[in-house]
Amino acid sequence: MTGILPVALEDATKVVQPLLAAGKEYVCIMKIHADMPESRVREVLEEFQGKIYQRPPVRASVRRRVRVRKVYYLEVPEVLGRDALFKIGCEAGTYIRKLCHDIGEVLGCGAHMHELRRTRAGPFTEDEGNVTLHDVSYLYSKWQETGDESLLRSFILPMEKALGLLPKVYVRDSAVDALCHGAHLTAPGVTSLETGIESGRELAMFTLKGEAVALGTATASTEEILKASHGIMVRNERVLMPRGTYPRLWRSKRQK
Amino acid sequence: MPRIAAPWTTERSLLTRSEEETDQSFGHKPEERPYPDLVRFGVINLDKPPGPSSHEVAAWVRRIMQVKHAGHGGTLEASEA
Repeated sequence: MTGILPVALEDATKVVQPLLAAGKEYVCIMKIHADMPESRVREVLEEFQGKIYQRPPVRASVRRRVRVRKVYYLEVPEVLGRDALFKIGCEAGTYIRKLCHDIGEVLGCGAHMHELRRTRAGPFTEDEGNVTLHDVSYLYSKWQETGDESLLRSFILPMEKALGLLPKVYVRDSAVDALCHGAHLTAPGVTSLETGIESGRELAMFTLKGEAVALGTATASTEEILKASHGIMVRNERVLMPRGTYPRLWRSKRQK
Repeated sequence: MPRIAAPWTTERSLLTRSEEETDQSFGHKPEERPYPDLVRFGVINLDKPPGPSSHEVAAWVRRIMQVKHAGHGGTLEASEA
């Protein structure tokens, strides 16, 4: 398989977790094991949208119980003889190989996944800064030769890019270091936030400069957070920014 | 079968609770992070070649970039190529 594989470096590896859980998109060539009318193939593929059932394959390092996965869309640009080319947007942990097998079962004659390319992993697509290993190797050695940082920037994206699909909450400068020490986010610390946040929802907290501070879970909705004057609004789950990046403008309960 | 919208189609707008300024004497805009933080907090949008496993590819990036850690964000199967 080829395609989008985000690789996080050093401390940015902390953003891998939300990426693993993020939705994906693939382009797939499926081979059908008998001649089938195109209309029938398209009809069956149409049925595999919305919620589907899957049991993970033996080779997967995950518990093999039947589970529900979401297929956001399944577009079929081409059916040529026994080959079907489709584009699929789906939830993390959807096995396309198994999907092709199951489609074959419904068709009656069987089918298998011939080729797969990932065209999206969370916020990463083929559009922005998509590079090959050769590019990485070339650009890195050019940077070592010339010291020109723009060469590094041409293929290294800030880790904030990986958080693109999470709802955002922006915090004031004085709240940042406390968050870096693991404190939860209280109402006074919030300057602005995105719509659509619900209690229990995972989100990302940023400084006013757009730097990722921490990942957490909302304990209130956007509307509630806007109106609240005090109280914990977001439970801090994963600190991303090193302590001391922003000055310490808080006191621990003991020092008063 | 009711359609479920893909998460990347969700549109969100920003609502302000309180107008605040940020002090420019600390922190950086992510796009302006200087080296070495640029690498330390960086992510590569890699186009995986056919053949090696995702784990092997991450190991290659670790060697090329001379970093201690490189983690990939979601396995793409290796092929027998």
